[in-house]
Amino acid sequence: MKIKFLPFFLTIIFLTIFFVFYKSLQTSNIYTPKTNLEKNIPLFTADIFDSNKKISSEDIFKDNIYYLLNIWASWCAPCREEHIFLMDLSKSKKIEIIGLNYKDKIDNAKKFLNDFKSPYKIIISDLDGTLSIELGAYGVPESYLIYNKKILKKVVGPISTNSFSAINKLIK
Amino acid sequence: MKIINYLIIIFVFLSFNSLKAQDQNDKLNIEITKNLRCLICQGQSVYDSDTEFANSIKILVQNKIKDGKSEKEIYSYLKSRYGEWILYNPEFNKNTYLLWLLPILMFLIGGAIIFKLFIKKKN
Amino acid sequence: MASIVGSYSLIFGLSCSFLIIFFSIKNFKNTQVFDNRILSFTFLQFFLVVISFFSLILAFVYSDFSNETVFNHSHTTKPLFYKISGTWGNHEGSLLLWLLVLTLFISIFLLKSKKQKKQYRILTSLIQQIIIIGFFFFLIMTSNPFNYIFPIPKEGLGLNPILQDPALAIHPPMLYLGYVGSSIIFSSSLAAMTLNDISRDWAKHIKQWVLVSWFFLTLGILLGSIWAYYELGWGGFWFWDPVENVSLMPWLALTTLLHCILVLEKKLFLTSWVVILSIATFTLSMSGTFLVRSGILNSVHTFANDPERGLFILIFLFCLIFLSLFIFFFFFKTDKNNNSLFWLSKETAILVNNWFMVYFLVVVLVGTIYPIFLEVFSSEKISIGPPFYNKLIIPFLIPFLLAMTIGPKLKWIKSDLRNKGYLILFFIISLLLSIMIIKNLSINFLVNTVLVTSAFYLFFITSRDFFVKGFNKLSQNIAHFGFSLLILSILFNNIFSTEIISNLKIGETFEGKNFKIKFEKIKQKEEYNYKSIKGKFKIENLDGSIEVLYPELRIYNQPNIVTSEADIKTNFLTDKFMTMNYVQNQDYFNVRYQVKPFMIWIWLSVILISLGGFVSFFKRYEN
Repeated sequence: MKIKFLPFFLTIIFLTIFFVFYKSLQTSNIYTPKTNLEKNIPLFTADIFDSNKKISSEDIFKDNIYYLLNIWASWCAPCREEHIFLMDLSKSKKIEIIGLNYKDKIDNAKKFLNDFKSPYKIIISDLDGTLSIELGAYGVPESYLIYNKKILKKVVGPISTNSFSAINKLIK
Repeated sequence: MKIINYLIIIFVFLSFNSLKAQDQNDKLNIEITKNLRCLICQGQSVYDSDTEFANSIKILVQNKIKDGKSEKEIYSYLKSRYGEWILYNPEFNKNTYLLWLLPILMFLIGGAIIFKLFIKKKN
Repeated sequence: MASIVGSYSLIFGLSCSFLIIFFSIKNFKNTQVFDNRILSFTFLQFFLVVISFFSLILAFVYSDFSNETVFNHSHTTKPLFYKISGTWGNHEGSLLLWLLVLTLFISIFLLKSKKQKKQYRILTSLIQQIIIIGFFFFLIMTSNPFNYIFPIPKEGLGLNPILQDPALAIHPPMLYLGYVGSSIIFSSSLAAMTLNDISRDWAKHIKQWVLVSWFFLTLGILLGSIWAYYELGWGGFWFWDPVENVSLMPWLALTTLLHCILVLEKKLFLTSWVVILSIATFTLSMSGTFLVRSGILNSVHTFANDPERGLFILIFLFCLIFLSLFIFFFFFKTDKNNNSLFWLSKETAILVNNWFMVYFLVVVLVGTIYPIFLEVFSSEKISIGPPFYNKLIIPFLIPFLLAMTIGPKLKWIKSDLRNKGYLILFFIISLLLSIMIIKNLSINFLVNTVLVTSAFYLFFITSRDFFVKGFNKLSQNIAHFGFSLLILSILFNNIFSTEIISNLKIGETFEGKNFKIKFEKIKQKEEYNYKSIKGKFKIENLDGSIEVLYPELRIYNQPNIVTSEADIKTNFLTDKFMTMNYVQNQDYFNVRYQVKPFMIWIWLSVILISLGGFVSFFKRYEN
């Protein structure tokens, strides 16, 4: 009895291992964490870009207005790609675009804004990148659609045609 | 015996006196960042990586230590933002009971098998 | 041209397999004499794979971009050495290397096993041919190194610069010699099991193969580790990275096998255990290939992944596993003879060794594949890193080291502890020495003292044996001594390492407690296939000694990647390790300076360990 049990048991174990490996082959191993969509955005105070003033998150994000928080830098090439979408959104009355200038030199950032026009209503700056970590960001560019202090949508990487229309749908 | 003792003392003084412990905060920072995964890299820790993301995390950890946050608080802060994936040191919870206990269980089973070998041979 | 030759010789090589199988089956029952056609065709097959391999090398050397593999992994501006090593630095080429070693080893096996029984030789060759056919199909169907592209590109895509390194050029061949050596152990144990022929003679005969694969695997892992130390630029040498673990697992299984085969050599005991380990070793090597090649692990070393390839290896791997299970349960008869086991004997010591080794193996195995399982069952993703392994391995290392010290002192069958007073004396010395070293440091006293004590203990006892025993049991002594040295070096390296990380502009000076670092200047230079930025750093130590280090940044042109080359000053006691890194949009560099004691001893001790295997191999060979 004992002798018959062991082969059976081992076969089951190895079949399970096979199944697990097979399953994980099918799924991609690129990890995109669940965004904490339900949670409120963290409270923070940040420096206003190109000034000595500070602003708190409560003063930036008011209720009943859509905000797009966009993390950008003058040295980031994909930020130029998404610029056209940001300009388009900035014309809309339903949404305000908040810029978060990431690890940038102020002169370069100013030049960037001069060259390309600024889509931003307010720009806050994040010199050492810690504010972005506070928001749970990975790098530049990254955008958060915020309504009533909650994150509705998170775009990692440049805004594309797809994510642009998704944002438009959400703010309708 | 005396000679051996002298030799030991000389040996110890020669090799290790110049090396001293580092600043406690720096040490803690290194320890914490070694236990964090750099999320935009392929299998590197934050400590080992020089990407913008990793550098920001390093600064953040440094600030948190300065604010007097404990190691645990820093981990849970980062976990709330990036999920358990960022922690190299898996917590002991329902997801990881098996992870921590399986090796120990196998060790005990191994011990039992060896023990049985002795018992069987006696009979 | 070379590609055509290579690709045809692969197909002919595959057909050799079928001829060999045909002759083997015919020859298996008929006569008493071994059919030499099997041997001839095995050689022919090996020869054909060699041709195929060389034609791939030629394609790389002449940058023949009509070959897809060459196009994807080479570039005309690459130095010749890396053009050649680039042959096996990619998926297709490395599989061809696997095949080359597989056919080489079965040829050697057939040559060297003339004294063995005919049926055993044929059966081993048959099982080996099954593996070889599997790899032929894998190579030809999913990853043919000789795919043709048209129109012929003018330039290749280049080899990842961090792979352009001498240690990494010879690392894969070494590792594969180890992995593939275990395939012979696998085939041979299955053959011996089928014929119910697991005997002391078999143990003696297969032990040579165990030693060979163990030796190469040890060196292979060492080279990988050295590469990680100076190339990845983190100053670490082992990261518990999944791909590293995957090479460590077969090594642990092989080491266990190496020890327990000693018992089988003396008496018919633990036969089923030896067989299980033989199967496990090769299975683990194959799983390693699967895990690395399929890309389901998240690692620094992951190669490009392709689910189709992963699926092929997976199915093939499990066919082999179920074949072994089948043979194990239907053919294998456990030994019924009653060998008595006394608690204080060498057998017990080896059992204890096996017990711990298997535990370490389970820790590494579980740690490596647990995240995969968790993700499939609960879609949660977790990371398992160094803290997990440290917590589960270090406490068990202490009894392991103690058993390793006392074990070799015991005799076979029955032993006692008379005339072993020196064991206690040395223990006390080790303990005192460790307390003195640890007590002034701000680290966990108890754990570190006990660890260092047990490592010193093994160190002293094995050192003593060199004088007392001389050439008797030399191989074992060298290996165990090497291991104690390894543990000691790693411990002291961990305890006494210091490091600083700082942002420095040119001309700035960092003031540390024990040293000052001055960033003097940078020098830019155009090299053959990269642009080099070299920093010059002057380090003034507290004792007045001055050191100059030149860490480097390399901006490679094909593909466009920036790598950071550490500058390491190695001497007998410490390594001074410095890297610098470019920081986005800033005029300073991120500089990392580490003082790492006993680094070189880590490498030397691993070389000593493998030397133990080497000596043992030739000692046996002479007998």
